[in-house]
Amino acid sequence: MTAAFVAGADVPLKRRLKRAERARQFRALGLVLPLLAFLLFTFVVPLAGMIWKSVDDWEVPQAMPQTVAALERWNGQGLPDEAAFAALAADIRTAHDAGTLAVAAKRLNYIVNGYRTTLLSTGRKLKEQPAPGTARETLIGINPAWGERESWAAIKSASGPVTSYYLLAAVDLTHNADGAIVHAPADQSIYREVFMRTFEIGFGVTALCLILGFPVAYLLANLPTGRSNLLMIFVLLPFWTSLLVRTCAWIVILQSEGIVNGSLQWLGVIDEPMRLIYNRFGVYMAMTHVLLPFMILPLYSVMRGISPAYMRAAASLGAPPATAFLRIYLPQTIPGIGAGCLLVFILAIGYYITPALVGGAADQMISSFIAFYTTETVNWGLASALGAVLLLSTLVLALVYGKLALGRQTTGGLKN
Amino acid sequence: MDGGMIATTDTLVRFSGVQKTYDGEHLVVKSLDLDIRKGEFLTLLGPSGSGKTTTLMMLAGFEVPTHGDIFIGDRPIKNTPPHKRDIGMVFQNYALFPHLTIEENVAFPLSVRGVPKAEVKERVRAALDMIKLGNLAGRHPGQLSGGQQQRVALARALVFNPALVLMDEPLGALDKRLREHMQLEIKRLHETMGLTVVYVTHDQGEALTMSDRIAVFNDGIVQQIDRPDALYERPVNSFVANFIGENNVLSGVVENIEQGWARVALDAGGSVVAQAVNIGGAGNRTSLSLRPERVAIETGDSGDSDMNRLPATLTDLIYLGDHTLAVLNTPANPEFMVKLPAGSYAGLSPGQDVYIAFRPEDCRALDPV
Repeated sequence: MTAAFVAGADVPLKRRLKRAERARQFRALGLVLPLLAFLLFTFVVPLAGMIWKSVDDWEVPQAMPQTVAALERWNGQGLPDEAAFAALAADIRTAHDAGTLAVAAKRLNYIVNGYRTTLLSTGRKLKEQPAPGTARETLIGINPAWGERESWAAIKSASGPVTSYYLLAAVDLTHNADGAIVHAPADQSIYREVFMRTFEIGFGVTALCLILGFPVAYLLANLPTGRSNLLMIFVLLPFWTSLLVRTCAWIVILQSEGIVNGSLQWLGVIDEPMRLIYNRFGVYMAMTHVLLPFMILPLYSVMRGISPAYMRAAASLGAPPATAFLRIYLPQTIPGIGAGCLLVFILAIGYYITPALVGGAADQMISSFIAFYTTETVNWGLASALGAVLLLSTLVLALVYGKLALGRQTTGGLKN
Repeated sequence: MDGGMIATTDTLVRFSGVQKTYDGEHLVVKSLDLDIRKGEFLTLLGPSGSGKTTTLMMLAGFEVPTHGDIFIGDRPIKNTPPHKRDIGMVFQNYALFPHLTIEENVAFPLSVRGVPKAEVKERVRAALDMIKLGNLAGRHPGQLSGGQQQRVALARALVFNPALVLMDEPLGALDKRLREHMQLEIKRLHETMGLTVVYVTHDQGEALTMSDRIAVFNDGIVQQIDRPDALYERPVNSFVANFIGENNVLSGVVENIEQGWARVALDAGGSVVAQAVNIGGAGNRTSLSLRPERVAIETGDSGDSDMNRLPATLTDLIYLGDHTLAVLNTPANPEFMVKLPAGSYAGLSPGQDVYIAFRPEDCRALDPV
């Protein structure tokens, strides 16, 4: 080798390689940077904010800083000392004047029903700071609730900076006054049922999409290109109209005076209109329709890659059509089935508008409750907690899929 | 047309008046009558679109004849689905099932037949040992090289002892060296296992190397079916003469035919005597077929009156190791080729005026091209 070929031999080869690669890495980074920034501000930051909101406990520390400090010394047994009562009285007066008392009252009312009234009426009646040593009497005099341990335990548990209250509430659990995790009172225990209903509808819609979508995808993948393109347009057609329009179309079709009931009555199949909408049937119908393309497309793309030679080979080796399908074709479509099911399920459990429009009261899914807490009662903590639980279950599913998909990963035997 | 050299044994497969059209207008296979004998290696050879693959697919059961029927033994199989035909097939791209291991791939035809598990294991091992891939049983097809995949496909097609094995250009995706190696390996399997093989290829070298008989397809018709040497030495028409091996063509008109010998007046002047093979009568046009190794180059008049002689100018000498290719310009064919055995071209140089000389029996008068 001549000297020209080993120029720069004093620099180690690894370093030279790194230097050479660096420019390329920077260029690649530059290309994805806009997207990364976009994702950061529209996805990562709001998501982190949402998760933070589900544990953030700011209302009580903001309105009652002295009480929070005074209760740090309280061991939770019996009533707190006089200093805590004095601090509470001072906080209530300050917060009442500053207008922050209502926010804290709302937060505490989540823990103990009626707390809002207790706190706000105390704020109204407490005209001046009680004389030293009389704070306890004065407060209990204004409202006997201040003589109960639960009232103080509520303040202590809401004294931040973070709380598990919302997350526990999202799965029907709560802390009792002793700090143990117990079932929430029956009148507040609805979310487990709603989550179960959400997953049930999600599974149902996924199964329906798979049953309906698999044959269509198979047809699409095995038709000549011209005709399969035409059919593909029909599959994609739903994407060109808004979700709202499609859902409303179902209302027109399925309602009591709708096309389906009208035709069946005219044909004499039924005497009076069947209830097809504002119940679970309507929800399944409309959601399956909306989500079907998300099942067909991944299935189609996988099936397109399965050479017809495999089925021919199976037949030539003696497998009847059904055996060939079950043992040779179906296993090869599993990546598509997995991707399609995951996509449909994740989209389905987040559905809000469709169940709201075509479902009954007992068909509302978790997103309706999230929307309710964000827009109606402004309980961001609970809304975020419900969202976080939904996110967590989605992530678990995605992980399970990832594991299954990796375990089943296959390499093509065909060269083309 | 019959090779006639192989003792005529049982006919295993018979195509009887088979036609096939896909669009209802053009026949891809035009009236095919073909017998496949038990134990023979028959190659269907032809350019793409000649109908050879369609013929194979009809035999395998993936295409249905538009007319006529195919018999295995005495049994018509037009209405027998592929999985009941007991025919092993090796596909162009192997078609190994990617989600199964090598072992499972080879076991597949046995397990769908309900063979007991222990026996399956034994036969699969024997099949994998036969192709010397027993150590790769647990791998997936994607982890194997092209040649190894090809051998697995072979083992899979043979493991259930089918009556007939079909191969659809099985070596097309392999490089030259591996292809030649696999040709010999398939040939060996054919001989040791006594298989009946129908092999489709467009590679004439492959066909000549491996086959007992070759059926040359063109335009949906079997042009000639014969042993490799007979096809090469005695082509019955111009298509076969041109498709198999190197061929020199001289065009002319038949002057007269006497006892199987035709005197042909060449278009470019001069006349030669040739074997009358595939010409009508006097006055018809004909193309003469001459193999390059059957022609000599003479610098002077040797005086042998039995030989045909034509003047030519030597334009090029190409050294090819085992032989030398001489390219000559004759009035009848400006690129006439002659193969000279190694070391026999002393005294020749490009630009020289010479004669090409050939015997009438090496010159076949065929249909005009």
